[in-house]
Amino acid sequence: MVTTTPPIRNSRRAEGASRPGDKVFLGLSRGSGITLLVIMAAIAVFLTYRAVLAISQDSTNFLTTSEWNPAGQPPVFGIAVLAFGTVVSSIIAMVIAVPVAIGIALFISHYAPRKLAKPLAYVVDLLAAVPSIIYGLWGAIFLVPYLGGLNKWLDDYMGWTYIFDKSSDGVARSLFTVGILLAIMILPIITNVTREVFLQVPKMHEEAALALGATRWEVIRMSVLPFGRSGIISASMLGLGRALGETMAVAVVLSPSFVISGHLLDPGGGTFAQNIAAKFNEANEFGRDALIASGLVLFVITLLVNGAARWIIGRRKEYSGAAA
Amino acid sequence: MAKRIDVSGLSAYYGAHKAIDDISMTVEPRSVTAFIGPSGCGKSTFLRTLNRMHEVTPGGRVEGKVMLDDENLYGSHVDPVAVRRTVGMVFQRPNPFPTMSIFDNVAAGLRLNGKYKKSQLSEIVERSLKGANLWNEVKDRLNKPGSGLSGGQQQRLCIARAIAVEPDVLLMDEPCSALDPISTLAIEDLIGELKERFTIVIVTHNMQQAARVSDRTAFFNLAAVGQPGKLIELDDTERIFSNPSVQATEDYISGRFG
Repeated sequence: MVTTTPPIRNSRRAEGASRPGDKVFLGLSRGSGITLLVIMAAIAVFLTYRAVLAISQDSTNFLTTSEWNPAGQPPVFGIAVLAFGTVVSSIIAMVIAVPVAIGIALFISHYAPRKLAKPLAYVVDLLAAVPSIIYGLWGAIFLVPYLGGLNKWLDDYMGWTYIFDKSSDGVARSLFTVGILLAIMILPIITNVTREVFLQVPKMHEEAALALGATRWEVIRMSVLPFGRSGIISASMLGLGRALGETMAVAVVLSPSFVISGHLLDPGGGTFAQNIAAKFNEANEFGRDALIASGLVLFVITLLVNGAARWIIGRRKEYSGAAA
Repeated sequence: MAKRIDVSGLSAYYGAHKAIDDISMTVEPRSVTAFIGPSGCGKSTFLRTLNRMHEVTPGGRVEGKVMLDDENLYGSHVDPVAVRRTVGMVFQRPNPFPTMSIFDNVAAGLRLNGKYKKSQLSEIVERSLKGANLWNEVKDRLNKPGSGLSGGQQQRLCIARAIAVEPDVLLMDEPCSALDPISTLAIEDLIGELKERFTIVIVTHNMQQAARVSDRTAFFNLAAVGQPGKLIELDDTERIFSNPSVQATEDYISGRFG
Protein backbone atom coordinates (compact mmCIF):
# COMPACT_ATOMS: atom_id res chain seq x y z
CA MET A 1 0.00 0.00 0.00
CA VAL A 2 1.27 3.42 -0.89
CA THR A 3 0.90 6.15 1.69
CA THR A 4 1.56 9.80 1.08
CA THR A 5 2.88 12.02 3.80
CA PRO A 6 1.36 15.49 3.92
CA PRO A 7 3.76 18.11 2.54
CA ILE A 8 5.47 19.82 5.43
CA ARG A 9 5.66 23.30 3.96
CA ASN A 10 1.90 23.65 4.04
CA SER A 11 1.81 23.08 7.74
CA ARG A 12 1.46 26.39 9.51
CA ARG A 13 2.76 24.73 12.68
CA ALA A 14 6.19 24.34 11.14
CA GLU A 15 6.88 28.06 11.14
CA GLY A 16 7.06 28.66 14.85
CA ALA A 17 7.25 32.42 14.88
CA SER A 18 4.06 32.86 12.92
CA ARG A 19 1.95 31.30 15.64
CA PRO A 20 0.32 33.91 17.90
CA GLY A 21 1.38 32.20 21.16
CA ASP A 22 5.02 32.21 20.08
CA LYS A 23 4.79 35.83 18.98
CA VAL A 24 3.40 36.94 22.32
CA PHE A 25 5.96 34.99 24.26
CA LEU A 26 8.80 36.22 22.07
CA GLY A 27 7.65 39.78 22.63
CA LEU A 28 7.36 39.29 26.38
CA SER A 29 10.76 37.72 26.82
CA ARG A 30 12.48 40.16 24.48
CA GLY A 31 10.76 43.02 26.30
CA SER A 32 11.92 41.72 29.68
CA GLY A 33 15.47 41.51 28.44
CA ILE A 34 15.40 45.03 27.06
CA THR A 35 13.81 46.37 30.26
CA LEU A 36 16.66 44.91 32.28
CA LEU A 37 19.24 46.60 30.07
CA VAL A 38 17.38 49.91 30.23
CA ILE A 39 17.20 49.78 34.04
CA MET A 40 20.90 48.95 34.34
CA ALA A 41 21.79 51.77 31.96
CA ALA A 42 19.56 54.19 33.83
CA ILE A 43 21.22 53.36 37.15
CA ALA A 44 24.69 53.68 35.68
CA VAL A 45 23.89 57.00 33.99
CA PHE A 46 22.24 58.40 37.11
CA LEU A 47 25.11 57.37 39.38
CA THR A 48 27.76 58.61 37.02
CA TYR A 49 26.07 61.96 36.31
CA ARG A 50 25.50 62.86 39.96
CA ALA A 51 28.88 61.51 40.97
CA VAL A 52 30.66 63.63 38.40
CA LEU A 53 28.83 66.71 39.70
CA ALA A 54 30.14 66.01 43.19
CA ILE A 55 33.66 64.82 42.41
CA SER A 56 34.39 67.81 40.19
CA GLN A 57 33.84 70.07 43.20
CA ASP A 58 35.92 67.94 45.56
CA SER A 59 39.03 69.81 46.67
CA THR A 60 41.02 66.64 47.44
CA ASN A 61 41.58 63.25 45.89
CA PHE A 62 38.25 61.48 46.09
CA LEU A 63 39.77 58.01 46.21
CA THR A 64 42.48 58.48 48.84
CA THR A 65 41.00 60.97 51.30
CA SER A 66 39.88 59.72 54.72
CA GLU A 67 37.51 62.51 55.52
CA TRP A 68 33.85 63.21 54.77
CA ASN A 69 32.91 66.85 54.81
CA PRO A 70 31.17 67.80 51.58
CA ALA A 71 29.53 70.78 53.32
CA GLY A 72 32.89 72.33 54.15
CA GLN A 73 34.45 75.31 52.37
CA PRO A 74 36.02 73.99 50.22
CA PRO A 75 34.31 70.57 50.24
CA VAL A 76 36.60 67.75 51.38
CA PHE A 77 35.48 64.15 51.04
CA GLY A 78 36.95 60.82 50.02
CA ILE A 79 36.13 57.15 50.16
CA ALA A 80 39.34 55.62 51.53
CA VAL A 81 37.85 54.71 54.91
CA LEU A 82 34.62 53.48 53.38
CA ALA A 83 36.34 51.30 50.78
CA PHE A 84 38.65 49.88 53.44
CA GLY A 85 35.81 49.16 55.87
CA THR A 86 33.57 47.65 53.21
CA VAL A 87 36.24 45.38 51.80
CA VAL A 88 37.66 44.33 55.18
CA SER A 89 34.30 43.54 56.79
CA SER A 90 33.28 41.58 53.70
CA ILE A 91 36.52 39.62 53.69
CA ILE A 92 36.03 38.72 57.36
CA ALA A 93 32.47 37.66 56.56
CA MET A 94 33.59 35.49 53.63
CA VAL A 95 36.43 33.87 55.55
CA ILE A 96 33.98 32.81 58.24
CA ALA A 97 30.87 32.11 56.18
CA VAL A 98 32.15 30.19 53.15
CA PRO A 99 33.76 27.25 54.99
CA VAL A 100 30.88 27.02 57.46
CA ALA A 101 28.32 27.17 54.65
CA ILE A 102 30.11 24.46 52.67
CA GLY A 103 30.21 22.37 55.83
CA ILE A 104 26.50 22.77 56.48
CA ALA A 105 25.67 22.12 52.83
CA LEU A 106 27.75 18.94 52.79
CA PHE A 107 26.20 17.80 56.03
CA ILE A 108 22.69 18.32 54.70
CA SER A 109 23.40 16.81 51.29
CA HIS A 110 25.74 13.93 52.14
CA TYR A 111 25.96 13.15 55.84
CA ALA A 112 22.73 13.88 57.67
CA PRO A 113 20.02 11.23 57.78
CA ARG A 114 17.02 12.35 55.78
CA LYS A 115 14.97 12.96 58.92
CA LEU A 116 17.49 15.54 60.08
CA ALA A 117 18.42 17.02 56.70
CA LYS A 118 14.93 18.39 55.94
CA PRO A 119 14.41 20.35 59.18
CA LEU A 120 17.97 21.60 59.06
CA ALA A 121 17.55 22.90 55.52
CA TYR A 122 14.35 24.58 56.67
CA VAL A 123 16.10 26.31 59.56
CA VAL A 124 18.74 27.62 57.19
CA ASP A 125 15.96 28.98 55.00
CA LEU A 126 14.45 30.69 58.04
CA LEU A 127 17.77 32.35 58.71
CA ALA A 128 17.52 33.94 55.26
CA ALA A 129 14.06 35.30 56.01
CA VAL A 130 15.11 37.39 59.02
CA PRO A 131 15.14 41.11 58.09
CA SER A 132 18.54 42.74 58.28
CA ILE A 133 17.45 45.32 60.86
CA ILE A 134 16.70 42.44 63.23
CA TYR A 135 20.19 41.12 62.69
CA GLY A 136 21.48 44.61 63.38
CA LEU A 137 19.58 44.90 66.66
CA TRP A 138 20.65 41.44 67.72
CA GLY A 139 24.23 42.29 66.81
CA ALA A 140 24.21 45.53 68.75
CA ILE A 141 22.44 44.23 71.84
CA PHE A 142 23.72 40.66 72.04
CA LEU A 143 26.80 40.19 69.89
CA VAL A 144 28.66 43.39 70.82
CA PRO A 145 28.75 42.80 74.59
CA TYR A 146 29.26 39.05 74.36
CA LEU A 147 32.14 39.33 71.89
CA GLY A 148 34.16 41.11 74.57
CA GLY A 149 35.56 37.82 75.80
CA LEU A 150 36.53 36.62 72.32
CA ASN A 151 38.11 39.97 71.58
CA LYS A 152 40.18 39.78 74.73
CA TRP A 153 41.29 36.24 73.91
CA LEU A 154 42.27 37.25 70.38
CA ASP A 155 44.08 40.29 71.73
CA ASP A 156 45.97 38.22 74.32
CA TYR A 157 47.01 35.30 72.15
CA MET A 158 46.82 36.59 68.57
CA GLY A 159 47.78 40.18 69.27
CA TRP A 160 51.18 39.67 67.63
CA THR A 161 49.42 39.42 64.26
CA TYR A 162 48.75 43.16 64.45
CA ILE A 163 45.22 42.83 63.07
CA PHE A 164 44.03 41.23 66.32
CA ASP A 165 45.89 43.70 68.48
CA LYS A 166 43.25 45.72 70.32
CA SER A 167 44.83 49.13 70.74
CA SER A 168 41.94 50.99 72.27
CA ASP A 169 39.39 50.20 74.93
CA GLY A 170 35.71 50.35 74.25
CA VAL A 171 33.00 47.96 73.20
CA ALA A 172 33.27 45.72 70.18
CA ARG A 173 31.52 48.04 67.72
CA SER A 174 34.29 47.12 65.33
CA LEU A 175 34.78 45.96 61.76
CA PHE A 176 35.49 42.51 63.19
CA THR A 177 32.07 42.36 64.86
CA VAL A 178 30.45 43.62 61.68
CA GLY A 179 32.27 40.89 59.75
CA ILE A 180 30.92 38.20 62.09
CA LEU A 181 27.40 39.58 61.80
CA LEU A 182 27.66 39.75 58.01
CA ALA A 183 28.93 36.17 58.01
CA ILE A 184 25.76 35.03 59.78
CA MET A 185 23.64 37.04 57.37
CA ILE A 186 25.19 35.64 54.20
CA LEU A 187 25.41 32.09 55.55
CA PRO A 188 21.94 30.99 54.37
CA ILE A 189 22.29 32.09 50.75
CA ILE A 190 25.70 30.45 50.37
CA THR A 191 24.50 27.31 52.14
CA ASN A 192 21.36 26.99 50.05
CA VAL A 193 23.02 27.45 46.69
CA THR A 194 25.94 25.12 47.46
CA ARG A 195 23.58 22.51 48.89
CA GLU A 196 21.58 22.53 45.66
CA VAL A 197 24.77 22.13 43.66
CA PHE A 198 26.01 19.27 45.84
CA LEU A 199 22.69 17.48 45.43
CA GLN A 200 23.07 17.71 41.67
CA VAL A 201 26.37 15.86 41.55
CA PRO A 202 25.59 12.93 39.25
CA LYS A 203 25.38 9.61 41.09
CA MET A 204 27.77 8.08 38.59
CA HIS A 205 30.59 10.44 39.57
CA GLU A 206 30.17 9.58 43.23
CA GLU A 207 29.99 5.87 42.43
CA ALA A 208 33.16 6.16 40.38
CA ALA A 209 35.00 7.27 43.50
CA LEU A 210 33.22 4.79 45.77
CA ALA A 211 34.08 1.87 43.50
CA LEU A 212 37.76 2.79 43.72
CA GLY A 213 37.57 2.39 47.47
CA ALA A 214 37.08 5.99 48.46
CA THR A 215 35.81 6.82 51.92
CA ARG A 216 32.92 9.23 52.26
CA TRP A 217 35.25 12.18 52.69
CA GLU A 218 37.32 11.04 49.70
CA VAL A 219 34.18 10.81 47.58
CA ILE A 220 33.41 14.40 48.55
CA ARG A 221 36.93 15.49 47.74
CA MET A 222 37.17 13.63 44.42
CA SER A 223 33.66 14.02 43.05
CA VAL A 224 31.45 16.41 44.95
CA LEU A 225 33.69 19.41 45.56
CA PRO A 226 35.26 19.52 42.07
CA PHE A 227 31.82 19.23 40.49
CA GLY A 228 30.43 21.90 42.81
CA ARG A 229 33.38 24.25 42.41
CA SER A 230 31.77 26.78 40.09
CA GLY A 231 28.59 26.60 42.15
CA ILE A 232 30.52 27.33 45.33
CA ILE A 233 32.11 30.34 43.67
CA SER A 234 28.77 31.63 42.39
CA ALA A 235 27.19 31.14 45.80
CA SER A 236 30.05 32.94 47.50
CA MET A 237 29.69 35.84 45.09
CA LEU A 238 25.99 36.09 45.87
CA GLY A 239 26.89 36.21 49.55
CA LEU A 240 29.67 38.70 48.96
CA GLY A 241 27.31 40.93 47.04
CA ARG A 242 25.01 41.01 50.02
CA ALA A 243 27.86 41.62 52.46
CA LEU A 244 29.24 44.50 50.40
CA GLY A 245 25.90 46.22 50.19
CA GLU A 246 24.50 45.47 53.65
CA THR A 247 23.32 48.69 55.25
CA MET A 248 21.09 48.55 58.30
CA ALA A 249 22.85 45.83 60.27
CA VAL A 250 26.19 47.58 59.81
CA ALA A 251 24.75 50.98 60.65
CA VAL A 252 23.31 49.70 63.93
CA VAL A 253 26.41 47.85 65.07
CA LEU A 254 29.33 49.98 63.95
CA SER A 255 30.37 53.11 65.77
CA PRO A 256 31.53 55.01 62.70
CA SER A 257 34.74 56.97 62.49
CA PHE A 258 36.79 58.27 59.59
CA VAL A 259 40.03 56.55 60.45
CA ILE A 260 41.65 53.64 58.66
CA SER A 261 42.91 51.20 61.25
CA GLY A 262 44.38 47.77 60.73
CA HIS A 263 43.45 46.90 64.30
CA LEU A 264 40.25 45.14 63.38
CA LEU A 265 39.03 44.80 66.96
CA ASP A 266 39.06 48.54 67.58
CA PRO A 267 35.72 50.32 67.32
CA GLY A 268 35.36 52.58 64.33
CA GLY A 269 35.55 52.52 60.55
CA GLY A 270 32.71 52.68 58.09
CA THR A 271 31.27 51.13 54.95
CA PHE A 272 29.76 52.64 51.82
CA ALA A 273 26.22 51.59 52.53
CA GLN A 274 26.38 52.39 56.23
CA ASN A 275 27.78 55.85 55.49
CA ILE A 276 25.09 56.61 52.93
CA ALA A 277 22.34 55.51 55.32
CA ALA A 278 23.79 57.52 58.17
CA LYS A 279 24.36 60.74 56.23
CA PHE A 280 21.67 60.86 53.57
CA ASN A 281 18.88 62.44 55.56
CA GLU A 282 20.83 65.36 56.90
CA ALA A 283 22.82 66.01 53.71
CA ASN A 284 22.07 68.89 51.37
CA GLU A 285 21.80 68.50 47.61
CA PHE A 286 25.56 68.54 47.13
CA GLY A 287 26.15 66.24 50.10
CA ARG A 288 23.79 63.75 48.51
CA ASP A 289 25.70 63.92 45.26
CA ALA A 290 28.85 63.14 47.22
CA LEU A 291 27.16 60.13 48.80
CA ILE A 292 25.99 59.00 45.37
CA ALA A 293 29.59 59.23 44.18
CA SER A 294 30.56 56.83 46.96
CA GLY A 295 27.68 54.61 45.87
CA LEU A 296 29.13 54.55 42.36
CA VAL A 297 32.39 53.21 43.76
CA LEU A 298 30.51 50.43 45.55
CA PHE A 299 28.73 49.66 42.27
CA VAL A 300 32.07 49.40 40.47
CA ILE A 301 33.58 47.19 43.21
CA THR A 302 30.60 44.85 42.96
CA LEU A 303 30.98 44.67 39.17
CA LEU A 304 34.70 43.92 39.49
CA VAL A 305 34.05 41.17 42.03
CA ASN A 306 31.46 39.56 39.77
CA GLY A 307 33.76 39.82 36.77
CA ALA A 308 36.56 38.17 38.71
CA ALA A 309 34.25 35.33 39.74
CA ARG A 310 33.18 34.75 36.15
CA TRP A 311 36.78 34.73 35.07
CA ILE A 312 37.68 32.13 37.69
CA ILE A 313 34.74 29.93 36.70
CA GLY A 314 35.49 30.25 32.98
CA ARG A 315 39.20 29.62 33.28
CA ARG A 316 38.77 25.90 33.87
CA LYS A 317 35.66 25.36 31.84
CA GLU A 318 36.88 22.22 30.09
CA TYR A 319 37.32 20.61 33.49
CA SER A 320 33.97 21.79 34.82
CA GLY A 321 32.09 18.58 34.20
CA ALA A 322 29.56 20.35 32.03
CA ALA A 323 30.84 18.39 29.06
CA ALA A 324 30.39 15.01 30.69
CA MET B 1 46.01 -11.56 42.15
CA ALA B 2 42.92 -13.04 40.65
CA LYS B 3 40.76 -14.69 43.26
CA ARG B 4 37.88 -17.14 43.34
CA ILE B 5 34.46 -15.82 44.30
CA ASP B 6 32.24 -18.13 46.26
CA VAL B 7 28.73 -16.86 46.95
CA SER B 8 26.35 -18.71 49.20
CA GLY B 9 22.77 -17.95 50.19
CA LEU B 10 22.90 -14.33 49.14
CA SER B 11 19.76 -12.17 49.19
CA ALA B 12 19.62 -8.42 48.64
CA TYR B 13 16.91 -5.96 49.60
CA TYR B 14 15.84 -2.42 48.78
CA GLY B 15 14.06 -1.49 51.99
CA ALA B 16 11.34 -4.10 52.37
CA HIS B 17 11.56 -5.24 48.76
CA LYS B 18 13.61 -8.35 48.14
CA ALA B 19 15.48 -7.86 44.88
CA ILE B 20 17.39 -11.13 44.66
CA ASP B 21 16.74 -14.36 46.51
CA ASP B 22 19.14 -16.93 47.86
CA ILE B 23 21.84 -16.96 45.21
CA SER B 24 24.80 -19.32 45.41
CA MET B 25 27.51 -19.62 42.78
CA THR B 26 31.21 -19.95 42.27
CA VAL B 27 33.26 -17.82 39.91
CA GLU B 28 36.64 -19.21 38.93
CA PRO B 29 39.72 -17.01 38.93
CA ARG B 30 41.08 -15.87 35.55
CA SER B 31 37.81 -16.45 33.78
CA VAL B 32 34.99 -14.34 32.43
CA THR B 33 31.55 -14.98 33.83
CA ALA B 34 28.61 -13.28 32.13
CA PHE B 35 25.29 -12.52 33.82
CA ILE B 36 22.32 -12.46 31.47
CA GLY B 37 18.60 -12.19 32.05
CA PRO B 38 15.62 -9.91 31.50
CA SER B 39 15.45 -6.40 32.96
CA GLY B 40 14.70 -6.32 36.66
CA CYS B 41 15.97 -9.84 37.29
CA GLY B 42 18.53 -8.52 39.75
CA LYS B 43 21.73 -9.27 37.84
CA SER B 44 23.09 -5.75 38.33
CA THR B 45 22.02 -5.77 41.96
CA PHE B 46 23.82 -9.06 42.44
CA LEU B 47 26.93 -7.66 40.77
CA ARG B 48 26.87 -4.72 43.14
CA THR B 49 26.74 -7.00 46.16
CA LEU B 50 30.11 -8.43 45.08
CA ASN B 51 31.93 -5.20 45.94
CA ARG B 52 29.50 -3.99 48.61
CA MET B 53 28.20 -1.18 46.41
CA HIS B 54 24.63 -2.33 46.90
CA GLU B 55 24.49 -1.07 50.47
CA VAL B 56 25.36 2.46 49.25
CA THR B 57 21.83 2.72 47.84
CA PRO B 58 19.44 4.06 50.50
CA GLY B 59 17.67 1.08 52.04
CA GLY B 60 20.11 -1.38 50.45
CA ARG B 61 20.74 -4.47 52.59
CA VAL B 62 22.40 -7.82 51.99
CA GLU B 63 22.13 -11.23 53.65
CA GLY B 64 24.43 -14.15 52.96
CA LYS B 65 28.07 -14.76 52.30
CA VAL B 66 30.52 -13.74 49.58
CA MET B 67 33.88 -15.46 49.95
CA LEU B 68 36.84 -14.02 48.09
CA ASP B 69 39.23 -16.96 48.35
CA ASP B 70 38.96 -17.47 52.11
CA GLU B 71 37.75 -14.07 53.22
CA ASN B 72 34.05 -13.26 53.73
CA LEU B 73 33.37 -9.82 52.24
CA TYR B 74 30.41 -9.48 54.60
CA GLY B 75 32.33 -10.50 57.70
CA SER B 76 31.65 -8.29 60.68
CA HIS B 77 35.18 -6.87 60.79
CA VAL B 78 35.41 -6.17 57.07
CA ASP B 79 35.49 -2.54 55.93
CA PRO B 80 33.44 -2.04 52.74
CA VAL B 81 35.90 0.60 51.61
CA ALA B 82 38.70 -1.95 51.73
CA VAL B 83 36.56 -4.42 49.77
CA ARG B 84 36.09 -1.91 46.98
CA ARG B 85 39.82 -1.44 46.75
CA THR B 86 40.27 -5.11 45.89
CA VAL B 87 37.14 -5.56 43.77
CA GLY B 88 37.15 -3.04 40.92
CA MET B 89 34.10 -1.94 39.00
CA VAL B 90 33.33 -0.52 35.57
CA PHE B 91 29.93 1.08 35.09
CA GLN B 92 27.34 1.18 32.35
CA ARG B 93 28.01 4.78 31.43
CA PRO B 94 31.66 5.82 31.24
CA ASN B 95 32.30 7.94 34.32
CA PRO B 96 35.80 9.39 34.32
CA PHE B 97 36.22 12.16 36.88
CA PRO B 98 35.33 15.21 34.78
CA THR B 99 37.56 17.58 36.70
CA MET B 100 40.65 15.40 36.39
CA SER B 101 43.13 14.92 33.58
CA ILE B 102 43.55 11.55 31.92
CA PHE B 103 46.65 10.92 34.01
CA ASP B 104 44.95 11.87 37.27
CA ASN B 105 41.96 9.70 36.44
CA VAL B 106 44.13 6.61 36.16
CA ALA B 107 46.15 7.61 39.22
CA ALA B 108 43.04 8.37 41.31
CA GLY B 109 42.75 4.93 42.89
CA LEU B 110 46.49 4.74 43.56
CA ARG B 111 46.46 8.06 45.32
CA LEU B 112 43.67 6.79 47.56
CA ASN B 113 45.68 3.73 48.49
CA GLY B 114 48.85 5.39 49.54
CA LYS B 115 51.86 7.41 48.64
CA TYR B 116 53.64 6.85 45.36
CA LYS B 117 56.60 8.59 43.89
CA LYS B 118 55.95 10.55 40.74
CA SER B 119 58.01 8.12 38.68
CA GLN B 120 56.16 5.12 40.12
CA LEU B 121 52.84 6.79 39.33
CA SER B 122 53.87 7.51 35.73
CA GLU B 123 54.97 3.94 35.31
CA ILE B 124 51.73 2.45 36.66
CA VAL B 125 49.60 4.90 34.70
CA GLU B 126 51.41 3.98 31.49
CA ARG B 127 51.13 0.27 32.22
CA SER B 128 47.41 0.56 33.03
CA LEU B 129 46.65 2.62 29.94
CA LYS B 130 48.55 0.08 27.84
CA GLY B 131 46.62 -2.65 29.61
CA ALA B 132 43.40 -0.93 28.59
CA ASN B 133 44.62 -0.51 24.98
CA LEU B 134 44.37 3.24 25.30
CA TRP B 135 47.99 4.31 25.66
CA ASN B 136 48.68 5.03 21.99
CA GLU B 137 45.60 7.19 21.68
CA VAL B 138 46.22 9.37 24.73
CA LYS B 139 49.96 9.34 25.42
CA ASP B 140 50.37 12.84 23.97
CA ARG B 141 47.56 14.37 25.98
CA LEU B 142 47.75 12.86 29.43
CA ASN B 143 47.17 16.28 30.96
CA LYS B 144 43.96 16.92 29.03
CA PRO B 145 40.63 16.25 30.73
CA GLY B 146 39.28 12.73 30.47
CA SER B 147 35.86 14.04 29.52
CA GLY B 148 37.27 15.16 26.16
CA LEU B 149 37.66 11.57 24.96
CA SER B 150 35.09 9.65 22.92
CA GLY B 151 32.65 7.39 24.77
CA GLY B 152 34.60 4.24 23.96
CA GLN B 153 37.89 5.83 24.96
CA GLN B 154 36.31 7.07 28.19
CA GLN B 155 35.17 3.55 29.01
CA ARG B 156 38.66 2.20 28.39
CA LEU B 157 39.97 5.00 30.60
CA CYS B 158 37.63 3.78 33.32
CA ILE B 159 38.95 0.26 32.84
CA ALA B 160 42.51 1.58 33.10
CA ARG B 161 41.53 3.38 36.28
CA ALA B 162 40.03 0.19 37.70
CA ILE B 163 43.00 -2.07 36.85
CA ALA B 164 45.62 0.46 37.98
CA VAL B 165 45.14 -0.63 41.58
CA GLU B 166 45.59 -4.31 40.63
CA PRO B 167 42.24 -5.53 41.97
CA ASP B 168 41.52 -9.21 42.60
CA VAL B 169 38.26 -9.05 40.72
CA LEU B 170 36.90 -6.78 37.98
CA LEU B 171 33.14 -6.24 37.86
CA MET B 172 31.59 -4.79 34.70
CA ASP B 173 28.01 -3.56 34.66
CA GLU B 174 26.91 -3.49 31.01
CA PRO B 175 30.16 -1.79 30.02
CA CYS B 176 29.29 -1.56 26.32
CA SER B 177 25.63 -0.66 26.35
CA ALA B 178 26.37 3.05 25.81
CA LEU B 179 28.94 2.42 23.09
CA ASP B 180 28.95 2.01 19.32
CA PRO B 181 29.82 -1.39 17.78
CA ILE B 182 33.47 -0.56 17.08
CA SER B 183 34.11 0.66 20.62
CA THR B 184 32.24 -2.39 21.86
CA LEU B 185 34.56 -4.64 19.89
CA ALA B 186 37.59 -2.87 21.39
CA ILE B 187 36.27 -3.46 24.91
CA GLU B 188 35.45 -7.10 24.19
CA ASP B 189 38.97 -7.71 22.88
CA LEU B 190 40.27 -6.05 26.01
CA ILE B 191 38.17 -8.30 28.24
CA GLY B 192 39.75 -11.28 26.52
CA GLU B 193 43.20 -9.96 27.44
CA LEU B 194 42.32 -8.91 30.96
CA LYS B 195 41.04 -12.33 31.96
CA GLU B 196 44.64 -13.55 31.92
CA ARG B 197 45.17 -11.47 35.04
CA PHE B 198 41.80 -10.86 36.68
CA THR B 199 38.61 -12.60 37.65
CA ILE B 200 36.00 -10.86 35.53
CA VAL B 201 32.26 -10.72 35.99
CA ILE B 202 30.23 -8.91 33.35
CA VAL B 203 26.55 -8.07 33.22
CA THR B 204 25.24 -7.77 29.70
CA HIS B 205 21.94 -7.42 27.88
CA ASN B 206 23.58 -8.51 24.70
CA MET B 207 23.52 -12.29 24.41
CA GLN B 208 25.94 -12.36 21.48
CA GLN B 209 28.33 -10.46 23.69
CA ALA B 210 27.96 -12.99 26.48
CA ALA B 211 28.58 -15.76 23.97
CA ARG B 212 31.65 -13.98 22.57
CA VAL B 213 33.46 -12.94 25.73
CA SER B 214 32.54 -15.29 28.54
CA ASP B 215 33.69 -18.71 29.66
CA ARG B 216 30.73 -19.24 31.95
CA THR B 217 27.25 -17.74 31.77
CA ALA B 218 24.71 -17.30 34.52
CA PHE B 219 21.06 -16.85 33.63
CA PHE B 220 18.88 -14.88 36.05
CA ASN B 221 15.12 -14.66 35.94
CA LEU B 222 12.19 -13.51 38.01
CA ALA B 223 8.84 -15.21 38.40
CA ALA B 224 6.86 -12.00 37.94
CA VAL B 225 7.29 -8.25 38.27
CA GLY B 226 7.82 -7.42 41.95
CA GLN B 227 9.13 -10.89 42.71
CA PRO B 228 12.79 -11.30 43.64
CA GLY B 229 15.23 -12.37 40.93
CA LYS B 230 16.78 -15.81 41.07
CA LEU B 231 19.74 -17.55 39.57
CA ILE B 232 18.27 -20.09 37.16
CA GLU B 233 21.46 -21.76 36.03
CA LEU B 234 25.17 -21.27 35.68
CA ASP B 235 27.12 -23.33 33.21
CA ASP B 236 29.79 -23.19 30.56
CA THR B 237 28.83 -20.54 28.04
CA GLU B 238 28.93 -23.01 25.19
CA ARG B 239 26.48 -25.28 26.94
CA ILE B 240 24.14 -22.45 27.99
CA PHE B 241 23.85 -21.30 24.40
CA SER B 242 23.61 -24.72 22.81
CA ASN B 243 21.96 -27.06 25.26
CA PRO B 244 20.85 -25.41 28.50
CA SER B 245 19.47 -27.68 31.18
CA VAL B 246 16.52 -25.40 32.09
CA GLN B 247 13.68 -24.67 29.72
CA ALA B 248 13.41 -20.98 30.77
CA THR B 249 17.03 -20.41 29.75
CA GLU B 250 16.42 -21.83 26.33
CA ASP B 251 13.27 -19.73 25.94
CA TYR B 252 15.17 -16.59 26.86
CA ILE B 253 18.16 -17.32 24.67
CA SER B 254 16.08 -18.23 21.66
CA GLY B 255 14.16 -14.99 22.04
CA ARG B 256 10.85 -16.47 23.11
CA PHE B 257 10.63 -13.92 25.95
CA GLY B 258 12.61 -11.14 27.54
